[in-house]
Amino acid sequence: MSTDRQRVDVRKTYKLFIGGAFPRSESGRSYPVTDAEGGFLANAARASRKDVRDAVVAARKAFPGWSARTPYNRGQILYRIAEMLEGRRAQFVAELRATGLGKGAAGAEVDAAVDRWVWYAGWADKLAAVAGNANPVAGPFFTFSTPEPTGVVGSIAPDGPLLDLVSALAPVIVSGNTAVVVASEPAPLPAITFAEVLATSDLPGGVVNLLTGRRAELAPWLAGHMDVNALDLTGVAGTDVKPLAEAAAGNLKRVFRDPVRADAEDPGTARMQAFLEIKTVWHPVGV
Amino acid sequence: MDLFAYAPAPESRDVVDIRPSYGLFVDGAFTDGGGEPFKTVEPATGEALAEVASADAADVDRAVAAARRAYETVWGPMSGRDRAKYLFRIARILQERSRELAVLESIDNGKPIRESRDVDLPLVAAHFFYHAGWADKLGHAGLGADPRPLGVAAQVIPWNFPLLMLAWKIAPALACGNTVVLKPAETTPLTALAFADVCRQADLPPGVVNIITGAGETGRLLVAHDGVDKVAFTGSTEVGREIARTVAGTRKRLTLELGGKAANIVFDDAPLDQAVEGVVNGIFFNQGHVCCAGSRLLVQETVAGEFLDRLKARMATLRVGDPLDKNTDVGAINSAAQLARIADLADAGEREGAERWSPPCDLPGRGYWFAPTLFTGVAQSHRIASEEIFGPVLSALTFRTPQEAVEKANNTPYGLSAGVWSEKGSRTLWVAERLRAGVVWANTFNKFDPAAPFGGYKESGHGREGGRHGLEAYLEH
Repeated sequence: MSTDRQRVDVRKTYKLFIGGAFPRSESGRSYPVTDAEGGFLANAARASRKDVRDAVVAARKAFPGWSARTPYNRGQILYRIAEMLEGRRAQFVAELRATGLGKGAAGAEVDAAVDRWVWYAGWADKLAAVAGNANPVAGPFFTFSTPEPTGVVGSIAPDGPLLDLVSALAPVIVSGNTAVVVASEPAPLPAITFAEVLATSDLPGGVVNLLTGRRAELAPWLAGHMDVNALDLTGVAGTDVKPLAEAAAGNLKRVFRDPVRADAEDPGTARMQAFLEIKTVWHPVGV
Repeated sequence: MDLFAYAPAPESRDVVDIRPSYGLFVDGAFTDGGGEPFKTVEPATGEALAEVASADAADVDRAVAAARRAYETVWGPMSGRDRAKYLFRIARILQERSRELAVLESIDNGKPIRESRDVDLPLVAAHFFYHAGWADKLGHAGLGADPRPLGVAAQVIPWNFPLLMLAWKIAPALACGNTVVLKPAETTPLTALAFADVCRQADLPPGVVNIITGAGETGRLLVAHDGVDKVAFTGSTEVGREIARTVAGTRKRLTLELGGKAANIVFDDAPLDQAVEGVVNGIFFNQGHVCCAGSRLLVQETVAGEFLDRLKARMATLRVGDPLDKNTDVGAINSAAQLARIADLADAGEREGAERWSPPCDLPGRGYWFAPTLFTGVAQSHRIASEEIFGPVLSALTFRTPQEAVEKANNTPYGLSAGVWSEKGSRTLWVAERLRAGVVWANTFNKFDPAAPFGGYKESGHGREGGRHGLEAYLEH
């Protein structure tokens, strides 16, 4: 027996992320993911429409708890996610390099993703101050408007495997929404690794649910699901938007599809506000 | 006859001059319409008031082109300060002509003069005043330093608050630098056409406001028109869905104010007489033709019997009849079709086993009328507990715990409004926080103000109207 043999590595099995667990697709299907040169990387789970429904159930179940957390607590958990992401920096650099990025570019993207997440973490306890209002009505009433999460948000993530994903996901959950995300189809692996970050960050199970597979197969079920409140179509190409937005009209989902401002130092608040409701409360003043 | 009967106190119709026929208001002038003209009817009598033009595809083209031209040449480039002055002028003229407009509204819509005079018209003017002040301060609205108008706004409004909904649509659109093509409802076009005259008196540049009348088809043509940048609709959830599909995949921005089935939750510690008054106001205001009407009464079991007794006693004092009588509380149902819908749903309530009650009241022999109606013994599965009736019909359910009240209140695809009645502030806020509704009235109901954002969760629509938040619907940022 030779002593200088190379160690046989233990390879990772990439699965879905639903309700805080990592199941395979109930369909039993997978699809091969390749690197930029066409070399085999892994078999990613190919989620089914049943997986979409399971993910929505998990997201709905998690919504009351997550939205009821104090903004301070949500900010703490989001910051913890950034800590975990930073800790796995080398792993993400390696995964991004497999998608074709050079070493410097991959490192820069991971850094930007961490910074982006930290930026959003700080918003949790400031949103109400910026998006809320005391309304000076013409009468003896105390009238105020506060932002609230809209509910379960279905998201078709853009193709940037890490920074784009982070830029689309953080603004959804920071305010208390829960999410069902369809990851990039060609480069899904960093998304699942990111789910491992989420799973070790005190983020309650079900707040983020992540599916890999065929966008065209999954998106229509998410868009038409009657228990999804909003739809982020950022990752959907031009002509595919119309049928999905039409399906979203079934229960009058809020539809959002602005490009992620991945390069911006300050991506603005529009993406957070797109998934907020404004609640106006009136109370008489007097004795 | 009652001991203390009121003598009739009718408001004079002399202040209003209704012409036999009306055209479209396009590019600053009244013109004929290419479609088949239609009649607008006085709901209190069932008699035709005037013939109104109907806009066909060519008319819609013309109106959108006029709005585009005005946007590009006059209104878009104009400074916010000058736009503000036009809006202030309009607000003042609305105040000057408020009696005429209130009477006209009551004649065309059927709502009591007490409400058009004391609620609708003051709010209409207030909306123009409020938004006038924003026109030169948009950079301070929290939407970035340099928000820009969207362009031409297509606006379709309902018949329940014809002039108020017009103000909610036109005031913010104009303040933000957009021009508009507005289609009023086919049963209540007259105050919108009177508003066209207000625009002329204010010397508003031609094409900034265009009013095209017609039925659903005209609205469909307008919403689907390639030349519009923004669609704003208030009306039924069903039509809202259709519009969302039409706009899907286009560059058009969309806001929707749709239906509701609001819960009015009365706790056992509520000030019962105020709560009775609020519940009555919540459902019988404007004949219940209110998207945010408190049509589902949820009353705590321990006080349900007493509360319902007081509610019935109060309902018995409601005066139903001539909308122009200043003593009238509940006016006419807006149209024969709406009356049929209300009657159908009320019949369904009886068939499904709820108990129906109305105070004794003599309804006029002609016109469209429906007595204030209370259903008790209602289950959540009943149609009258889940479907929007849009009429003076209240469904009463009971609950035992605050948690149960919240769950029942939220058990609806709608999420526009809700009411909470309790003397305990911490409980009121606890409930208000958990209600999935855009407006929560605590110890009050049906209060509106241009400074307070209004709009729904879930299937009650997208976006907010009024306040700082309402500006977002008309700005690129």
